[in-house]
Amino acid sequence: MTATDTAGAPSVGDIRASYLAQVGRRRLYSGLALLIFMVLMVSGFNIADERNAGGFWEGLHQIGDYPGEVLAEAWEKRADLPSLIAKFFPALIETINIAAMSTIIGAIGGLILSLLGTRGLAKWPRLIPLFRRFSDILRAIPEIVIALVLIFILGGGPVPAMIAIALHTAGALAKMFSEVAENADLKPVEGLTSTGATWTQRMMLGVLPQVAPNYVSYTLLRFEINIRASAILGFVGAGGLGYELRNAMAWGPGRFDEAAAIFVLLFGTIVFFDQVSSRYRNLLTEGQAQ
Amino acid sequence: MSSLDIQATKANAEGLFRRKRLFAFGVPALIFVYFTYIFFAFDVPGLVQRANMDNARTLTSDVWSHKVHVTRDNRNGEIAYAVEGERKGAFPEGERPSWVSGTDIVMVDLGGDTIVRFLPDNRTEVYIPGFGLVAAQAEGRTVTTNLPADLPEWINASDRRVAITTPEGRITLTGSRTEVFNYFAGWELFWFTLDSPYHGVGFGQILFGAQIDPDRGNISGAVSDFWHNKMWRHKDIAWAIGETILMAFLGTMGAAIIALPLAFMAAKRFTPILLLRAATRRLFDFVRGVDALIWTVVLARAFGPGPLTGALAILITDTGTFGKTFSEALENIDDKQIEGVTSTGAKPLQRYRFGVIPQVVPVLLAQVLYFLESNTRSATIIGAITGGGIGLMLTQAIQTQKDWEEVAYYIILIIIMVMLMDWLSGWLRGKLIGSKDG
Repeated sequence: MTATDTAGAPSVGDIRASYLAQVGRRRLYSGLALLIFMVLMVSGFNIADERNAGGFWEGLHQIGDYPGEVLAEAWEKRADLPSLIAKFFPALIETINIAAMSTIIGAIGGLILSLLGTRGLAKWPRLIPLFRRFSDILRAIPEIVIALVLIFILGGGPVPAMIAIALHTAGALAKMFSEVAENADLKPVEGLTSTGATWTQRMMLGVLPQVAPNYVSYTLLRFEINIRASAILGFVGAGGLGYELRNAMAWGPGRFDEAAAIFVLLFGTIVFFDQVSSRYRNLLTEGQAQ
Repeated sequence: MSSLDIQATKANAEGLFRRKRLFAFGVPALIFVYFTYIFFAFDVPGLVQRANMDNARTLTSDVWSHKVHVTRDNRNGEIAYAVEGERKGAFPEGERPSWVSGTDIVMVDLGGDTIVRFLPDNRTEVYIPGFGLVAAQAEGRTVTTNLPADLPEWINASDRRVAITTPEGRITLTGSRTEVFNYFAGWELFWFTLDSPYHGVGFGQILFGAQIDPDRGNISGAVSDFWHNKMWRHKDIAWAIGETILMAFLGTMGAAIIALPLAFMAAKRFTPILLLRAATRRLFDFVRGVDALIWTVVLARAFGPGPLTGALAILITDTGTFGKTFSEALENIDDKQIEGVTSTGAKPLQRYRFGVIPQVVPVLLAQVLYFLESNTRSATIIGAITGGGIGLMLTQAIQTQKDWEEVAYYIILIIIMVMLMDWLSGWLRGKLIGSKDG
């Protein structure tokens, strides 16, 4: 402890002063950042309010009107509700099918893309950036873009929505999958290589068993998201519940009982699959921790 | 180990293998059965028949090319020249494309020796190499031609309408007008429309050359003409992209601000009252379960279409998502840090500020920033429904079914926008909580 005795060492007062100065500076920066953030929020809100057809403050008290009308009419015709739910059940099945199908196709595509785009696993290491950029682009395209273009060519129906969601899912899952695959142990792969296994065999037997729980968990999460997406795409003409909802809404009063039945179905489905998938996801990730 | 044990172990192992084999073949088999079911449920065979390959062809050729229309109005004999046949792309009075010549007899050279001649008295001659000369006379509502009865498939003729499609261009003849489409590669008029003095002038000349428009400086004039380009609407697009990002920003940040205090109410550690906790959690589940689609529909009724509605729909849905993840993060914090802060005699509020917040902020920020990027995509989709932002412009362009070059342009812009937001959120994450790789 001789260093403290030497002349010119900072005294406690100096340290304190410099510490306080640092704190002050940090507070100033934090305060400034907060101020900028607040200004952005408020001005952003004002711009959005200005460019909206109806204003926020004028609309605020009407927010309950539409749900109120729908509920009132649905309540009046509550006896019809079970039959309406039965009527729209096929549309619900279609929505779920679109989501399931696109999740399966997207997961297979994402799997291939992720294995081809992960360092250490890729079949052609030179092409890794290519596959990565490709999945980035797939991920960046909103489903609605592909769906609308495909509807123009293929006509309305579930297939355009399925392809659109599958493409986006492939891109999104490729990223998550390859993050998992990066942390996979390469020893099994090396072992398999020494036996002369092909690339496909190495991936199937060396990598997949390690990453499967995480992959299934991400795929389930994606399935939840895709149910919502397929309902939304229905709204622009791709079939399923969303399409029925738009039709029911276009009719306005008089068919609100149908809108209500669709709301109930959609809400129930989303909550149901959320619960089921989160239960299995917890099981999968817990099993891994043990 | 007795032989009995070995037998049992062997049987056990065999059972495991059997199960594994069953699983390995069962899952693909199930998926295959499901695919077969979907193949018929989605009516894929019917879809193949219904698919409109002409639409696909128009789409792919329109994306990278443009056409210039030469139209003769057969009632007054006037000939008009316009890019894509739109008034916005019309050639100014007295100007016409260089491949059109002649005064009394107007000759349109489509290239590759395909020549269309507009003759007086509403007569038209089309010379097609390898086929010969097609002469047509428009009279009243009918068209008479010298075409033989046996026509190749690229000519479609009736007494009301004759359509000839050649590799060089298309010619459509009806009683009221004669129209020639000449195709060119590229996006025409992307920078300046034909009425702008800067059309067809090189960049170097605009930047360093002599003043083109006497009233305006070159750069300011060019920027203004580009910005107000009626064909490509650069100004509207910039606003639309701004609106979309604004929706994502307001929605995500607003949801985070609202969800934070609610998350404390839903976390066991901070809210001992079971009822309050359960109520908050059900609220989260409810707003998440209703989904952005239904919120959009409901809110659009109250606030009308526009970016605010989209922002609020994102805000409400994400309040549920954030509330759930935030409260999970709050439950998983380390007690030691709070104990340490308590031991210095900190009051409850100070305990939160220095014991809890520093632990959860990285998790929360990472979540919020991730959603900022994903909501940019959602805002595009919601915009298509509520009528705001680039999503709306895209749907409108697709619905006209002819401006495919604009659709392609919007799609490219959307991809760039989402990738930029992805990059921005990654960069902010690195700045605020340090990147994963260190």
